[in-house]
Amino acid sequence: MIDFALIWAGLIAFAVLAYIILDGFDLGIGIMFPFIKSKEDKETAMNTIAPIWDGNETWLVLGGGGLYAVFPLAYSIILPALYMPIILMLLGLIFRGVAFEFHWRARKSQHLWDKGFAIGSLVAALCQGIALGALVQGITVEGRAYAGGWWDWLTPFSITTGVALVVGYVLLGSTWLNMKTTGHLQRLARNIAKVSGTATLGFIGLISLWMVFIEQQYLHRWFDAPNIYYLFVVPVLVLTVGISLFFALKRERDVSPFILSISLFLLSYIGLVISFFPNLVPPSVSVWEAAAPDNSLKFLLVGAAFLIPIILAYTTYAYWVFRGKVKEGEAYH
Amino acid sequence: MEFLDPVLLARIQFAFTIAFHIVFPGLSIGLAAYLTVLEALWLKTNNKIYLTAFKYWLKIFSIIFGMGVVSGVVMSYQIGTNWSVFSDKTGPVLGPLMGYEVLSAFFLEAGFLGVMLFGMNKVGKKLHFFSTLMVSVGTLMSAFWILSVNSWMQTPAGYAYNDVGQFIAEDWFEVVFNPSFPYRFAHMVTAAFLSTAFLVGGVAAWHLLKERKEKVKNEAARLMFSMAMWMAAIVAPIQLFIGDMHGLNTLEHQPAKVAAMEGNYQTQKGAPLLLFGIPNDEEERVDYAIGIPKMASFILTHDFDGELVGLDQFAKEDRPNIKWVFYSFRVMVAIGMGMIAIGLLSLYLRWRGKLYDNRFIQKVAVWFAPSGIVATIAGWIVTEVGRQPYTVYGLLRTYDSHSPLDAPAVAASLAIFVVVYLLVFGTGIVYTLRLMRVRPGEKGDVADEETKVSAPVTISSRLPQNSTKSSEEEAE
Repeated sequence: MIDFALIWAGLIAFAVLAYIILDGFDLGIGIMFPFIKSKEDKETAMNTIAPIWDGNETWLVLGGGGLYAVFPLAYSIILPALYMPIILMLLGLIFRGVAFEFHWRARKSQHLWDKGFAIGSLVAALCQGIALGALVQGITVEGRAYAGGWWDWLTPFSITTGVALVVGYVLLGSTWLNMKTTGHLQRLARNIAKVSGTATLGFIGLISLWMVFIEQQYLHRWFDAPNIYYLFVVPVLVLTVGISLFFALKRERDVSPFILSISLFLLSYIGLVISFFPNLVPPSVSVWEAAAPDNSLKFLLVGAAFLIPIILAYTTYAYWVFRGKVKEGEAYH
Repeated sequence: MEFLDPVLLARIQFAFTIAFHIVFPGLSIGLAAYLTVLEALWLKTNNKIYLTAFKYWLKIFSIIFGMGVVSGVVMSYQIGTNWSVFSDKTGPVLGPLMGYEVLSAFFLEAGFLGVMLFGMNKVGKKLHFFSTLMVSVGTLMSAFWILSVNSWMQTPAGYAYNDVGQFIAEDWFEVVFNPSFPYRFAHMVTAAFLSTAFLVGGVAAWHLLKERKEKVKNEAARLMFSMAMWMAAIVAPIQLFIGDMHGLNTLEHQPAKVAAMEGNYQTQKGAPLLLFGIPNDEEERVDYAIGIPKMASFILTHDFDGELVGLDQFAKEDRPNIKWVFYSFRVMVAIGMGMIAIGLLSLYLRWRGKLYDNRFIQKVAVWFAPSGIVATIAGWIVTEVGRQPYTVYGLLRTYDSHSPLDAPAVAASLAIFVVVYLLVFGTGIVYTLRLMRVRPGEKGDVADEETKVSAPVTISSRLPQNSTKSSEEEAE
């Protein structure tokens, strides 16, 4: 039966997915920054995201704040467990965020803030991927608290997921730039998209196979009958989308590579949700155990049901205002 | 590293990051409202001077808002990394309030910020104004929810416990509108407006002082200075009144905090109002005290011989740190009194027609530019240190609230936060000051040429008369 805890698990999952996709292409552009050579191209790339990055990052605050509100137990276990990657992510996001303003205000130090933009984006993406990997591996819990060590999050697997997310964000960022720019910047973006697309597909395959060796639950979820008969659709779809992505890039399409890259993220995310469910903090804390009492869930759900559609409406409007290709030197600064 | 107390380190980390953070949203609340007023006046009167002032402060706003966003994201995760027991126990009550802050405020601000900053030529004037207004509404909604959260930690209400020891809400209305919330909300929003007014007034005064060496009148600076001084004259006294009400409310719910504010160690009748002194915890008295006899009793009980509860009524482990509270309170009140004095002086000078010519008030205003920010931080120290040794007042101790912390990890992250914040936000402040040094209406800052002023301005009595002419001169 559907209950409030499940509805909220769905909403938080949606917020996290929205964050990964939306801030993913922002961060991806930051990571690609060193590969964009001329100052004009750098500024054009930055201007494609300047009006929207703040809204994109707000989904991260909803993910964190929402977890605190509706799954306080999960929030209070996961954050201490991932202490260092989370603090480093926050510091990375600081450098990334201020660069949008500082780039235009700096004189001699402009190149330093541009480096801060790139490194901050890279660190934030890497730490998010590491955090995801650490969560997939499972978190040691005793009673109502994290009971593991300070370096539990650091393993070959979590480093791999960290690198994978960096590469995936570059794919999102490059296909976004391909959609929003013209000329040689677009050509550069398309080339980066081809490389990062290949790498992303490789990482999806590698991590999917690695996961089933890490935890019995993942193995049984995917390979036990009857699950395997309908779950094999997911990898088949990933492959189909991956192939379509390459044809779209080859035919120099503007919009479809970005949509297809998002689809890759969506499919991988669905794969993770299938693996995790019903746990929120693998391997032991379920959605229901972590949930706040029903009256808290209901109280916030009333507002969420009313406000989330409005948020989606004006966010869409903001994207629509800044639709189309961004021309060189087009900014308010 | 046995000698390092990880909880103390976590407290220092929280205090450091939130003290930096509060400056930016505080100014964002004030500047967003100011920008809304300026844009509204521009749309109403079509007087270009408002647009000049709008564009001038929009650039500064965008830097300050950006720094507020990134320092704010840190806050939303630090509660979990460092204060996980607090998070688990209070999540069901405070989490939804923060959830409402994100849904009703953060998205609204972020969604319309892009249009506000970059959309002037992409959307119509009215839609642009609507975006500015929505950003401003967002900042106020954010203040509403976060102050409700903070107030609940000070004066918890409407709660019960569940069987795993979490706080749960029994009555959401009582949770949100807990006893100290209305006072704290009014006090903080007013503080945000005053901080902004004095920042604007200080920048304008600096340009007015330079105006003497220039050939033309600085119309935009005059407008800003005039508006700021109206705020000082009207809002600073209102803040004194709100602060007084807030103090009475605190006396009712957190008498130990008020005793620390007043430096009142012994319960006494006819307690003096201490203007200055050095609290001495060993001897439980205030050394070198200078005060007005019986005044504290009169202010707090409206009776010169009223009895005030002293710190002696509280066990030592239940008392806040007196020195932090005592000194910060005096800093805040002294600045508030200074603001009121400047407001009164401005009224006199305005009446004599010398507001833009008096060098004394301009120099004082320059010095007072950061005064609201300092007072805001001092005020928060009073209320937050005064809440100790609890995170949820009277119910959950700070030493029962923290994560399973490791001193080296907290120390390392604290050190990195200090370095990064000083570097990043220090640079941001330098850039902001650089923008403030640019003359309002200077090249690159002039309002669009197509919006020429055609009709006389309705409120021209308090505005410079020849604004069109000199703006054109500036543009050359």
